[in-house]
Amino acid sequence: MQRRVFVKNGALALVTMGLSPSFLRRAAYAAELPGARKGKILICIFQRGAADGLNMVVPHGEAAYYAGRPTIAVPRPRSGAEGTAIDLDGFFGLHPSLEPFARLYRDGLLAPIHAVGSPSATRSHFDAQDYMESGTPDLKSTRDGWLNRYLAVKGTCEECARQEASPFRAVAMTSQTPRILEGPSPAVAMNSLGEFTVRATGSSAERLEALYRTGEADLIHGAGREMFDAVKLLRAANPQRYAAENGAEYPRSQFGQRLREIAQLIKSDVGLEIAFADVGGWDTHVNQGGATGQLAQRLSDFSRAVAALTTDLGDRMQDVLILTMSEFGRMVRQNGNGGTDHGHAGAMFVIGGGVKGGKVHGRWPGLAREQLFEGRDLALTTDFRTVFSETLSKHMGAESVQSVFPGFEAKGPDSLGVLE
Amino acid sequence: MRRFGSFVIVVLAIGAAGTVSARSVSGTVRDVTSTLRELTEREQAVHVLNRLAFGPRPGDVERVMRVGVDRWVEAQLHPERVDDRQAARALAAFPLVQKSASELLRTYPPPGAVRVQSRLRGDTLLSARDSAELRRQGQRAREFVSDLLAAKVARAVVSERQLEEVLVDFWENHFSVFIGKGQVRYYLPEYTRQAIRPHVLGEFRDLLGAVAKSPAMLFYLDNAQSVADSTQPTLAQVRRGGRQGAAGRVGRAGGAGRGVVIRRPGAVGQRPMPRVDSARMAAIQQAQQRRPRGLNENYARELLELHTLGVDGGYTQHDVIHVARALTGWSISPPRSGRAGFVFRPEAHDAGEKVVLGHRLRAGRGIEDGEDVLNILARHPSTARFIARKLAIRLVSDSPPEELVDRAAAAFTRTNGNIREVVRTIVTSPEFYSRAAYRSKVKSPFEVTVSALRALGAQADTSALSAGLVARLGQPLYGRQTPDGWPETGSEWMNTGAILNRINFGLMVATGRIPGAPLRSWPQYDALVTATRAAQVDGVIESFLAGRASSDTREILLSGQNPLADRAAADSSLFRADDDGARMAPGGRRGAGRGGRAAALGRVPALAGLPQVIGLALGSPEFQRR
Repeated sequence: MQRRVFVKNGALALVTMGLSPSFLRRAAYAAELPGARKGKILICIFQRGAADGLNMVVPHGEAAYYAGRPTIAVPRPRSGAEGTAIDLDGFFGLHPSLEPFARLYRDGLLAPIHAVGSPSATRSHFDAQDYMESGTPDLKSTRDGWLNRYLAVKGTCEECARQEASPFRAVAMTSQTPRILEGPSPAVAMNSLGEFTVRATGSSAERLEALYRTGEADLIHGAGREMFDAVKLLRAANPQRYAAENGAEYPRSQFGQRLREIAQLIKSDVGLEIAFADVGGWDTHVNQGGATGQLAQRLSDFSRAVAALTTDLGDRMQDVLILTMSEFGRMVRQNGNGGTDHGHAGAMFVIGGGVKGGKVHGRWPGLAREQLFEGRDLALTTDFRTVFSETLSKHMGAESVQSVFPGFEAKGPDSLGVLE
Repeated sequence: MRRFGSFVIVVLAIGAAGTVSARSVSGTVRDVTSTLRELTEREQAVHVLNRLAFGPRPGDVERVMRVGVDRWVEAQLHPERVDDRQAARALAAFPLVQKSASELLRTYPPPGAVRVQSRLRGDTLLSARDSAELRRQGQRAREFVSDLLAAKVARAVVSERQLEEVLVDFWENHFSVFIGKGQVRYYLPEYTRQAIRPHVLGEFRDLLGAVAKSPAMLFYLDNAQSVADSTQPTLAQVRRGGRQGAAGRVGRAGGAGRGVVIRRPGAVGQRPMPRVDSARMAAIQQAQQRRPRGLNENYARELLELHTLGVDGGYTQHDVIHVARALTGWSISPPRSGRAGFVFRPEAHDAGEKVVLGHRLRAGRGIEDGEDVLNILARHPSTARFIARKLAIRLVSDSPPEELVDRAAAAFTRTNGNIREVVRTIVTSPEFYSRAAYRSKVKSPFEVTVSALRALGAQADTSALSAGLVARLGQPLYGRQTPDGWPETGSEWMNTGAILNRINFGLMVATGRIPGAPLRSWPQYDALVTATRAAQVDGVIESFLAGRASSDTREILLSGQNPLADRAAADSSLFRADDDGARMAPGGRRGAGRGGRAAALGRVPALAGLPQVIGLALGSPEFQRR
């Protein structure tokens, strides 16, 4: 069985390089176990800086939206303007730069959720990101992130629980481990796949490995051996050999490339279960623009990258869920600099085979003055934990969401119903 | 808080710890105590250089042995007596670190300030000039942050007052703030210079008080915006003779109904602002976004849990709330006043009665409430134990012997929290010089970086590259988001990604590319570069691994030929690699940005010969320990 594994992975030569038993186990796991292939995967994408939900998912049926944003509103669909909202349901429309999402919406793979976010009233980027990543709004004493707490509870994959977890079970395509993955469960952060390697050639690399394979069996040697196993596992799986499929074209931006590498990790079956990436540039206080301009450019890169990921993964999107989030939304009224200031509720996108797509989810609170939060911001009708809990329980099959979001009582698992 | 005479402290310390102290340098005492120690003289010298310093520089072990381990330790306990021109010179390269928060805020205004000014002028769009200015300011703002990070690394590398630098790192981490939150970066240079450094070996109460009043901490943990709950009278109301209802209160401008009557925090008594046009209104609303909303328990909770008593220190939620109430009004004066510093705001202070850990703080008082709380906490036995244990974890081992913690806590209590005496108790104890403690700690990324540069005999890196490497290894300086600080225990630093980065870091150092750290700064480099592999390995193990490597490690370093052994050093390609390193230096400034952005480890050229031995040694398991 193991021989077949190596032939399949095209890594037969590695057998001669003194592989450790744990590596053999992992390679077998990666290629053979149903859990690795059929396990569900969650990709979380954080739009850092507070993305303007109202210009992403445009409430073009609201007069107050146009009244509050005389120069930066996205024009109504079919209004004859150059660049208009792409109508979704007669009331909401997508920003024209989110055109790649419109196709996913029509195919029933994508669902926007509106008026969603943190129940905390904070308008501090730091605090709000902290709450969204710790999963405990207004509670600052939480030390770990909610994705890390998820890793500690049992998921769908029964086999995985019995097996030694893959070193690539949770991967952040970031230079540091993000707050959302902080905690006792192992997670790997890397800038790029190419970086996850020992930067030495020839005999230096071999000797470095030998330094950790000999000597005491202590914490440091143990971590070193695990690392060399992981590097070899990745090299054997060789994710970089997977070219984008189905005509997917990723933007050349860092964000686009990171999503491309997440797809490669998924295709190489290294046991990835949780992936994380973030993308900045959303703090549009100044000259935000409307159908075109600064925000439009950010949205274009964002949606092309995410759409390329879904195209690239093709059928595998049945097992993959992409969740986008941002710490809060922005004020309804534009400010004096052609931008928007910090607001309250915002919008998220949920994309995948198990999504009840083609519908804008969440209750719309309205934009009339008396309907606004503190008289100025889109009010919150869906707590982000409702979305996160539903994702973990319905998509990932987590048994104990209570321990991931302590103190949070979702109004039943179907309170939002964005997932099948 | 009152200090005992130093004589008393010395006697008590000797009595309690049953071991040496200031006088131990005199021959007989030293002989007696040396026999109590499990380590050889040489091991002791290595040990103090690994624990009370960031690792030995070339020749340091011999120097400490010449002076005598105990005498060297005693000198380190009195950094003011140690000549440190090196550090002063290094620091001169970072003038921005000496600037006040007000100066920095003036010189590098946060982007928001420019926007608000533009709005107050009534501009509807930012002019091209303003936009360009915004970008320029963002660029320059990163400069002082780079300087701050680079200065921290540079001082740790070159300072002769090593114990002081170790404890600065310890206390900065104990009272951790996050550089990426709002204006914290402006307050950080002052924070480390004025709140932390002067007290690292001083009185704990002074340190605690300086931190409690520092704008960095007040901003980071939100105490600056904590105001009395509406159910409590404020001190300002009490002084005016009675409560005046919500209109006279600070920070209650929340609801929609009050829209245009806006008071800045601290502006009580000023006339309400008149109706304003929409651009101005937007600007004001922007300024109001951090307006106080009532009692904020954030600082109070961490003060109890992380700074003093510890999580099991015997406090309740009641104590948290009452500590928060006692500290209402401890805030920051507006930066525009030209003096961004601590201010006590009577109009925000809860004047009601509080009960903290059983102590009653009577109603109607002001700043004394907070001072009393700090006194109570600094004197509390849980604090003594919590601080003693944490220092022992940093200095001795991940699980320090309880007896040692007991004695260190007793020293804390006996001296009213004199940190020097607590540290002295720990670092003169038999437990400190025990076989079990020797090389038992895993280095933090900061320690890995600094000790590698020191082992090489490096000069200060005036670029941000070294600081960026620390970030790359997983510990961006001042970049811990949560207030608990970086882990003090080794196991938390060891995982798959961490060890990979450490190995790559060692290879990077061995290319000689780090500014200030060409390989030739290692004194033996020139002599060994053409020597036999065996001689190279011996020299490298001696210098970089304190002479201690497993037989396997030695064997692995030995295997292989030195391609340069038969050639003259002058035409070695490796020297050209060093020169490349020198040329790279000026570009290094682009390295670390806000929050200590990680530096890329770049492409590492194939190493051979002596640089390879150095790279392997720095990447070895042995080098990860101290």
